[in-house]
Amino acid sequence: MIKWLIEKSRIHSPWLLHYDCGSCNGCDIEILACLTPVYDIERFGIINVGNPMHADLLLVTGTANHRNRKVLRNLFDQMPAPKIVVAIGACALSGGIFRQAYNVVGGVDKVIPVDVYVPGCPAKPEAVIDGVVLGLQKFSQQRGAENHHAARCDHCQF
Amino acid sequence: MIDTAVLIPTGLAVGPLLGGLVSGLDRILTARLQSRIGPPLWQPFYDVLKLWCKEKTVVNVWQAFCAYCYVAAASIAVVLFFLQSDLLLILFIQAVGAVFLVVGALSSTSPFSQVGAHRELLQILSYEPLLILVTMGVYLETGSFRIAGIYSWHEPLLLKLPFLFMVLGYALTIKLRKSPFDLSTSHHAHQELVKGLLTDYSGSFLALTEIGHWYEVVLLLGFCSLFWATSWIGMAAIVVSTYFLEILIDNVSARLNWRWMLGYVWSMGLTLSLVNLIWLTIS
Repeated sequence: MIKWLIEKSRIHSPWLLHYDCGSCNGCDIEILACLTPVYDIERFGIINVGNPMHADLLLVTGTANHRNRKVLRNLFDQMPAPKIVVAIGACALSGGIFRQAYNVVGGVDKVIPVDVYVPGCPAKPEAVIDGVVLGLQKFSQQRGAENHHAARCDHCQF
Repeated sequence: MIDTAVLIPTGLAVGPLLGGLVSGLDRILTARLQSRIGPPLWQPFYDVLKLWCKEKTVVNVWQAFCAYCYVAAASIAVVLFFLQSDLLLILFIQAVGAVFLVVGALSSTSPFSQVGAHRELLQILSYEPLLILVTMGVYLETGSFRIAGIYSWHEPLLLKLPFLFMVLGYALTIKLRKSPFDLSTSHHAHQELVKGLLTDYSGSFLALTEIGHWYEVVLLLGFCSLFWATSWIGMAAIVVSTYFLEILIDNVSARLNWRWMLGYVWSMGLTLSLVNLIWLTIS
């Protein structure tokens, strides 16, 4: 009963943190569109918090590069478990059109473990919401404070 | 004695339950005012339960200690209100809780937390004298600081203390963290200080500060109800209309800086209080 209540509260109250790794702002605008009255994601209890210590969901857009991967890793580490990472847009998935640039590490999953990949250039607001909902299902599989701390990426030096 | 044994757990339970429901209703009404549908009524309870079960991370021991002290002080204030105790005592205990929240934020080195804490201190500086003046006015009219005495007064206090009720409105806006006075922290998505005062509270400690806030909301709405204590309908009407007005003000105004807040609240608040107190003394 208590376990069911906790899972229900986690699914009904995902607070999101949005980090732009260096996106062209196309995906960022689509994410912010989800907060407007048209999509109103607060219906599902989602709040954009801007503080990793309060967040449950990390939405990342843009390519990871040698500069920002430390910041990305730091934000991820500051989030208390359980947490979900959603990579949004072609750049966050694989590096997109920037993948061969000299400063680009690649997709976000080269730096932190990613749970959900949302494709698109830019990703539609509907696709973003769909990705978040898919991520929420993982809360019921993720129990307690494990998983992410163990699942550090081999490519990452931090 | 039996009354006390019943009233203490009632106060402890009603505080978070009623406070959470008021908070849920607040979020729905705010969403409707912004042409949105808004979250379900139970959303604040989901939030607190989720935060409670998150991984515990704390900046230092003092922060955790201060979060517990804040909730303890807020809940004791509500319980004393239910026991119809001394109004001044209740306000002082509530003030101690508010200061603990600030000390907790100051114990971290984060600049957001530090600036938020300093702003919260300025907010406390703005509203505490006003609350004391309102209590003084209530005493001059009813001759009692005890809530039991105030509730049994034969006529509604609002008729004799209309300006002091407006002053209480200023204090309420600050205390409920509503615009234009939500400088230190706010319920809304983004502000220039991330989450200000509450930036470094996380997980169960953030849940504790939220529960403490619910207790404070119940206490302040109880304070409002003193102004029309002759009938249940009057009490309900004054509490509901005041809270709705607060939500409306929150949605139509932008945030002011602390100079505006201190100048505006003190000049208007002290003048209105003085006028009402002179009126009381003359009549």
